[in-house]
Amino acid sequence: MVSAVFHSPAQASMDAKSGAKPIGAVPAGPKPVAPVKAAKPAYDWHALGMKIFPPLIGIALLIGVWALLTLKSTTFPTPGATFTEAVKVFSDPFYSKGPNDQGIGWNILFSLQRVAVGFGLAALIGIPMGFMIGRFEVLSRMVSPLISLLRPVSPLAWLPIGLLVFKAANPAAIWTIFICSIWPMIINTAVGVQRVPADYLNVARVLNLSEWKVFTKILFPAVLPYMLTGVRLSVSTAWLVIVAAEMLTGGVGIGFWVWDEWNNLNVQHILIAIFVIGVVGLLLEQLLVSVAKRFTYDEV
Amino acid sequence: MKNFIEIQHADMVFSTRKGRFHALQDINLTVAKGEFVTLIGHSGCGKSTLLNLLAGLTTPTAGTLLCDNREIAAPGPERAVVFQNHSLLPWLTCIENVQLAVDRVFGANETKAQVIERAKAALALVGMDHALNKRPHEISGGMKQRVGIARALAMEPKVLLLDEPFGALDALTRAHLQDELLKIVARTQSTAVMVTHDVDEAVLLSDRIVMMTNGPAATIGQILTVDLERPRNRVELAEDGRYVHCRKEVLDFLYTRHGRIDRQAA
Repeated sequence: MVSAVFHSPAQASMDAKSGAKPIGAVPAGPKPVAPVKAAKPAYDWHALGMKIFPPLIGIALLIGVWALLTLKSTTFPTPGATFTEAVKVFSDPFYSKGPNDQGIGWNILFSLQRVAVGFGLAALIGIPMGFMIGRFEVLSRMVSPLISLLRPVSPLAWLPIGLLVFKAANPAAIWTIFICSIWPMIINTAVGVQRVPADYLNVARVLNLSEWKVFTKILFPAVLPYMLTGVRLSVSTAWLVIVAAEMLTGGVGIGFWVWDEWNNLNVQHILIAIFVIGVVGLLLEQLLVSVAKRFTYDEV
Repeated sequence: MKNFIEIQHADMVFSTRKGRFHALQDINLTVAKGEFVTLIGHSGCGKSTLLNLLAGLTTPTAGTLLCDNREIAAPGPERAVVFQNHSLLPWLTCIENVQLAVDRVFGANETKAQVIERAKAALALVGMDHALNKRPHEISGGMKQRVGIARALAMEPKVLLLDEPFGALDALTRAHLQDELLKIVARTQSTAVMVTHDVDEAVLLSDRIVMMTNGPAATIGQILTVDLERPRNRVELAEDGRYVHCRKEVLDFLYTRHGRIDRQAA
């Protein structure tokens, strides 16, 4: 059972990942940006067409293949049946009938909350740690073998430790998120600090700036783009991992919902959940990309 | 102030992965107050290394360096550096870049308004007062270097150290900035040490030209005094016998007596 449990989450998260792209394109396809862009150079219909049609064709193909494959199937739901079910699910996303039966909105919010807490704690510890490791070579040499050893470990392997220490499911899930999101932030921040151009640090030395000024005026702005890359990687991983962690810990959350619907043999709901996980992951990623864009500067 | 900067028997040895590299050997040089000295030599001869020693960014393996009778042990704002690639911080505007320097030197004793005034004045001195709030990527290479010079000047340094400040600029911009620098140095009476590989630049700007032999273990090969009265005008000087003579002297040192070994082979 345990191995089956372990297998399914990985499968599910992989499906979610690969499913995210074409599904995510649904809001992206006819996004309002496209017509605005076309309005400026009024003649460039080709580029506009290339932007809209291929993603639409991709989605249509996916749904087409799905419809064909489920034509004679009795166990796997058809696209049409899934869609009607989705309308039902989303018409009342915030109902609450006891701890094991809550609307999809609640499930998403609970998952996001766990990710936010685990990720926030990881940022709080990981980013300062990255700065220290990048700034002091002794620390870097001390910690880097440990990081190399622990980083490839699946975050789910840490879940039992969390359960043991916290004796509760929710903190254990948060702990798992914490572990998986801390590495990219430590590593990217440390690399960013190590890659601060020597010229900038020479400027600091010639100007004889105080440590605080060096940090606020030179180190922090120079490292920020690297740091944000770490943050982005962390959030993506955290969102991948939360689904699996919740399958194991239960409670309210999108991962648990998937597992619960599997126990109810409600495959339509599982498919809806996969779409939803993909869309939320995509939105998280887009949000952080836009934040990162604001804080990148042109290297001169 | 005869010996404002004194370099006594300075040696510089770098330990690299390939072993020890003897960059500079037995450098002896004095610079008087208000003097403009250029260091010239082929690339890799250690002229930038010597400038870094003066800046205090690196410490010599042996020998002493003095500035105003005090040993140079660390970098400091009294020896301002204009870096080769300007080294402006891309996330700060022009005036913020200059302000960072001014604030460090005068911030303790002056109000914020006075500091900003100083930064503005320094930018006006290099003709950049029109771009106070632009970021470095929005202005041209020549303008960036002007801001770099303004940042150095704003600290009112005892010595201005310039590390090939115009090396990355096109010929016309370079000539223009050289003229500007001549005017600024005349106005501020700065002591300046500049690294260059441009013979015309060296003759036009310097009171003395320090010619360095090829590395490894480079040292001072010859010092040429440029006896041209100031203010200097590049167009008039082009046909001046003394200018031509100085130029020939430097060229002779660089290409006849100390031509690069790899070039001789080629």
